[in-house]
Amino acid sequence: MNVDPKAFVANARAALADPQLRPALGRLKTHFGAGRAFAVHRYGDFESLRAAGKAIRDYAVTHLDELLVTFEQSVNARGGTVHWARDAAEARRLILAILQDVGAKTVTKGKSMVTEEIRLNPFLEANGIEPVETDLGEYIIQLRDEPPSHIIAPAFHLSKEQVAETFFAAHKDLDPARSLQERNALVQEARAVLRRRFEAADAGITGANFLSAKEGAAIIVTNEGNGDLTRLLPKTHIVVTGIEKVVADMNDVAVLLRLLPRSATGQAISTYVSVMAGPRGPGETDGPENFHVVLVDNGRSRLIGTEAQDVLRCIRCSACINHCPIYGAIGGHAYGATYMGPIGAALNPGTMGVANAAHHANASTFCGRCAEVCPVMIPLPRIMRHWRAVEYGQGLAPKAITRGLALWAFAAKRPALYRLGASIAARVLKMLGRGGSVRVVPIRNGWFAVRDFPVPQGTTFQQQWRARK
Amino acid sequence: MTVDARPRVGLFVTCLVDLVRPQIGFAAVKLLEQAGCDVEVPAAQTCCGQPAWNAGADRDAIEIARNVIAAFDGFDHVVAPSGSCGGMIKRHYPEMFEKDPAWLPRARALSAKTHELLSFLVRVRGVTGVTADYARRVCYHDSCSSLREMGVKAEPRALLSTVNGLAIDELTDPQVCCGFGGLFSVKYPDISERMADDKIADACNTGAAALLGGDLGCLLHLKGRMARQGKTLEVRHVAEVLAGMGDGKALGEP
Ligand code: SF4
Repeated sequence: MNVDPKAFVANARAALADPQLRPALGRLKTHFGAGRAFAVHRYGDFESLRAAGKAIRDYAVTHLDELLVTFEQSVNARGGTVHWARDAAEARRLILAILQDVGAKTVTKGKSMVTEEIRLNPFLEANGIEPVETDLGEYIIQLRDEPPSHIIAPAFHLSKEQVAETFFAAHKDLDPARSLQERNALVQEARAVLRRRFEAADAGITGANFLSAKEGAAIIVTNEGNGDLTRLLPKTHIVVTGIEKVVADMNDVAVLLRLLPRSATGQAISTYVSVMAGPRGPGETDGPENFHVVLVDNGRSRLIGTEAQDVLRCIRCSACINHCPIYGAIGGHAYGATYMGPIGAALNPGTMGVANAAHHANASTFCGRCAEVCPVMIPLPRIMRHWRAVEYGQGLAPKAITRGLALWAFAAKRPALYRLGASIAARVLKMLGRGGSVRVVPIRNGWFAVRDFPVPQGTTFQQQWRARK
Repeated sequence: MTVDARPRVGLFVTCLVDLVRPQIGFAAVKLLEQAGCDVEVPAAQTCCGQPAWNAGADRDAIEIARNVIAAFDGFDHVVAPSGSCGGMIKRHYPEMFEKDPAWLPRARALSAKTHELLSFLVRVRGVTGVTADYARRVCYHDSCSSLREMGVKAEPRALLSTVNGLAIDELTDPQVCCGFGGLFSVKYPDISERMADDKIADACNTGAAALLGGDLGCLLHLKGRMARQGKTLEVRHVAEVLAGMGDGKALGEP
């Protein structure tokens, strides 16, 4: 696997050939697809909920500046500090400065895709600070030195046997003869190991699912409770999140909290919802002494006012990923980027540049299932198509495709010429046909790489229709 | 339901039907005429422009769309034996001309009267059954555009259930794409292959003797892949079966 979106084709090929991956991806349908379908069905009028979610996120995206300023003021009023990072490098520097300021050596981390996006862990390690992932999936892939392959289930690509192998290799101080065959044994072992890390951490870093501007609060949902241990035990808590996560107030958050887990895992609500608003107050018994929020732009604000703006509504539920047949075939690593599947395809070309992430926007059949399940109604295929148009307009599309299309379009704009061309093509293809199929032996790519072409009947409809008249 | 007397229907024959399998076009004509329509086929049509539009070649797509709009302006209804080309005209033409006040009304007007064949027969013409024989167990592949852009799901099944001797076995995952996606199948053949193989396995597992569908694109892709694998499931456009033309050669049959 190559962490490079330009290596998409080679990565995808490797993924298709990986025998471990196929059964893992087969679980998407049973783990997430069926769960969402049932949750939506049981909820009843899910469409109204979606419309409400869309409206809330739309308001947020179109009032981002005001809401972020309100958020900062509210956080300040509670004794916290907000930091603004234009790009990944600035975000890393700001986080390091906070950690160095409090003399942190070890940092526990709750799940945060933004810290993956800004490649925080290698940077912290290079600066003498040890990051420890505490979300079970994140912990597993950290041990394996892999990026997440899914937004909400980072180790989704692994079998439990692979996880057991990883634990045997990493937890050297434990009994090598212990049994790690059961899923529960794996969870218990990770818990025991992580418990010690939680106690030793100097600082905790989490992401945020939402930011509430009015209350100055960051909200996270987890199923493992590791988020709470990350934020409550250490003296310093840093929330690292994208600028687009802000909404007006907790009423809006409440609506989104009904949409998110149902869309993600089919849960009516996740096991834990943590509201983090400032450092420990006077008389309070828990909470960090220092509370920081790092707001990361990293290309997001560039999307405002463009045809891709709607992608900023995303609440990272992964429903689009879980229902995407492309993701279902190749998994998340093939994308070579933090955000994979349809949301990656719509977001990455905007934040990483079309030249880098063009494959993501192209590798879609536009089947539309992603948009059908997106809880905030993001027109994902439409945004992918927009990136294709940008790619085409900038002359970045593959020459074989653009030349073929240009030739075809020349004819398609001239009906008489087109009819002639079609009648010749139908006859030639019919002549080339053997046993019902046209099989062009020397061509080993494109259509003919994996299929034959069913032989045409030989004369076009237009010819026959005009003859009949 | 009030059904107007003999509407003038423009058949959008689709470029693939025109080139590969004209029989689908004739089946559509027959079904439309049986449903009391006068059918015409404008000679000025070529393709709906979807390959260019999906590739991001906006200028070409828009020019082609203008041709289509001009060719079909005068009809009461426009019908395509394809959810994909129908969806292109119905859903995407208005999008294409969003910023073009001169063409937007015409694109919208065409959009409003454009239909996928089977949904037109059932919803607009009130057809409830056909007289045709096809003594086979079949499975039906919902193309994504029929399903999601045109909302066609019940109509093919309702009409097929009136065919003599026919029984439908549903696919396990009817809502999952077959991997065609126009140029996607050319640009990413390996991924497309996996998706086709999953769909073909699903179809074969039903035990059906034939796979029917409403979009020739998906059918060419699936049949082409089956031919490469040596699988012999019969593949046909649903209109052929409904029009009583199901006993001729199936797609890709020598
Ligand atoms: S794009 Fe929609 S479905 Fe996909 S992760 Fe974002 S909110 Fe969820």
